[in-house]
Amino acid sequence: MSTTANLASKPVIGSDRIARRFEELKAENRGGLITFLTAGDPDGETSLALLKGLAGAGADLIELGMPFSDPMADGPSIQAAGLRALNAGATLKKTLAQVRAFRKDDGDTPIILMGYYNPIYVYGVEAFIADALAAGVDGVIIVDLPPEEDAELCLPALQAGLPFIRLATPTTDDERLPTVLAHTSGFVYYVSIAGITGTKSAESTDIGEAVARLHRHTDLPIAVGFGIRTPDQAAEVARIADAAVVGSALVDRIAGNLTDKGKPEPGLIGDTLDFVAGLASAVRKART
Amino acid sequence: MVHSPVEKRETPVFQHRADNVDKMTQPNTYRAGPDEDGHFGIYGGRYVAETLMPLILSVEKAYTQAKADPAFLEEFRYYLTQYVGRPSPLYFAQSLSEHFAEKAGEKGRGKNKGAKIYLKREDLNHTGAHKINNCIGQALLAKRMGRTRIIAETGAGQHGVATATVCALFNLPCTIYMGEVDIARQAPNVFRMKLLGAEVVPVTSGTRTLKDALNEALRDWVANVADTFYIIGTVAGPHPYPAMVRDFQSVIGEETREQILQSEGRLPDSLVACIGGGSNAIGLFHPFLDDGDVKMTGVEAAGEGVETGRHAASISGGSPGVLHGARSYLLQDDDGQVMETHSISAGLDYPGVGPEHSWLRDNGRIDIATATDDEALAAFQLMTELEGIIPALESSHAMAYIARIAPELPSDHLLVMCLSGRGDKDIFSVAEKLGVEL
Repeated sequence: MSTTANLASKPVIGSDRIARRFEELKAENRGGLITFLTAGDPDGETSLALLKGLAGAGADLIELGMPFSDPMADGPSIQAAGLRALNAGATLKKTLAQVRAFRKDDGDTPIILMGYYNPIYVYGVEAFIADALAAGVDGVIIVDLPPEEDAELCLPALQAGLPFIRLATPTTDDERLPTVLAHTSGFVYYVSIAGITGTKSAESTDIGEAVARLHRHTDLPIAVGFGIRTPDQAAEVARIADAAVVGSALVDRIAGNLTDKGKPEPGLIGDTLDFVAGLASAVRKART
Repeated sequence: MVHSPVEKRETPVFQHRADNVDKMTQPNTYRAGPDEDGHFGIYGGRYVAETLMPLILSVEKAYTQAKADPAFLEEFRYYLTQYVGRPSPLYFAQSLSEHFAEKAGEKGRGKNKGAKIYLKREDLNHTGAHKINNCIGQALLAKRMGRTRIIAETGAGQHGVATATVCALFNLPCTIYMGEVDIARQAPNVFRMKLLGAEVVPVTSGTRTLKDALNEALRDWVANVADTFYIIGTVAGPHPYPAMVRDFQSVIGEETREQILQSEGRLPDSLVACIGGGSNAIGLFHPFLDDGDVKMTGVEAAGEGVETGRHAASISGGSPGVLHGARSYLLQDDDGQVMETHSISAGLDYPGVGPEHSWLRDNGRIDIATATDDEALAAFQLMTELEGIIPALESSHAMAYIARIAPELPSDHLLVMCLSGRGDKDIFSVAEKLGVEL
């Protein structure tokens, strides 16, 4: 841990939208719905239309995946989504442009970019942070940057006012948690299973214990993801945690609405957003 | 570790210089890395998901303890000697040496031109390649950590066979991830692994070769952190793997050092090895890194030619990037997406390279050369015909480079090549390439 400088005194300005959204959720006494989409999946145009429809369908926060050729923590669904996007010409530059286009109409819904480090490293860390903030990005989640590599992106991002949202997992024990939470901001993303995305699901009692454990270490909101596929599961998690993240199940909706040649069927956007609306409705009823 | 305690070397006086490097920034030893966070300069590190981080730290801790434990080292050496068959010979390749001298216009081993070629015979190890050295070490560590299941990735199948072998030996269940493309071109090794009791899982994601096998093994590991140990086959991956695999493979260079001193009374002038991930190369190079007069060259796979874009020469044709837990040279596009690679040799068909090689290359301590598929194929035949040794296609890349330079070197130039594996596994691909029907 040679990389950690004390940043406690540094103001984090970019997290306004995230903090405001979680305050609103608290005021409504409900957990939030976070939806994940891969930028550019299945093509740039469809992806932007989906992104623009998410908030209206009930997503409280949005995670936008940055496609990468080697997503080693993702299961088959999100791997395939990334590949579709890359084959359709997705790049990090286009992902940022997609956020910019989204921000023209929506100034409230937080967008968090999620992905792997290499495309950012090649883009240039300083340029990425500046361009992401300018585009209206509210935070980043980088799967393969643990606290041990904070000097790469986490510390420069925090210094520039771009929240760095950390993943905590079932293998992150009490001794390690403070290290993981040290430079996280916005919220904490709890990975509810030891595994890759879109595979097994955790038991809600385990999730409850984990969320309670995290709350003992941090005042930040806790979002829970991995293995949440149905409205019922989303509601269950939204009862216990501050937000539930749904990714692979959403991406599977897109995959299910493609022609043999991978082109979007006319019903793709409607079907996917209907699914989001179903999740949102279940999440909203969860604590009543 | 495995820098054998009997090896009493004086603190090396730094001698090496590279013309393009500022002397003031040169380290006084090349053998001290990585630092405590696993970095070799800007390379290396631990770029893994949080789920794996505690596990990676526990492997590091266990390895640090093991390499300081004489009982562990003794057990490692026991298996290297009794099971692997070490030390492997350092063989003077007389016919090849004469051939290169004749090419330079000499008669037989001439007085002026044509290097004296030695082959470090890793092909004679049990299972037919250097891979087993590392597998013995990691399997012993896995046992020491109480792990009950082994996973591994493989490209050519040599590491898969070596892993399946030690798992049979130590009675550990194992799962090997192998790209579909590689399964097709390395059928004999697939059958070997199955005979040894391993489950071979075809990898259908991405490019369906070695890099995707590594991705899939990492995905398995993330999902099975409690009982599984991942035996990585090369000096890649997150810290401590690049250092640990190097340490287990350094037996190659340590033996070479002793053997050449015995046969020639002095150190070699140059060392040559093929580099995919680079475990055989670092194994040969590392014990000589502080001997500044020993020149070292790693030979990457140029496939159809580096200029064609269809190759696997990560350092020659790539740029620094982060993949599979470490920063190193990487074949990637402008957007940081990892590119497809091409090589006739499945074992070199990988877009990355060990971080220590990237560091050694940047600071000028090692040179990087390339050999194409066609050159490797010609070298494969040359060694087979002249020495009666069928080399692995991987090692044939090193031979191809030597064939290019040896005739021009003085006849008192001692050159050691790491013959990292035998080529029996490759005869089907070679036959196909030569248009021979078996």
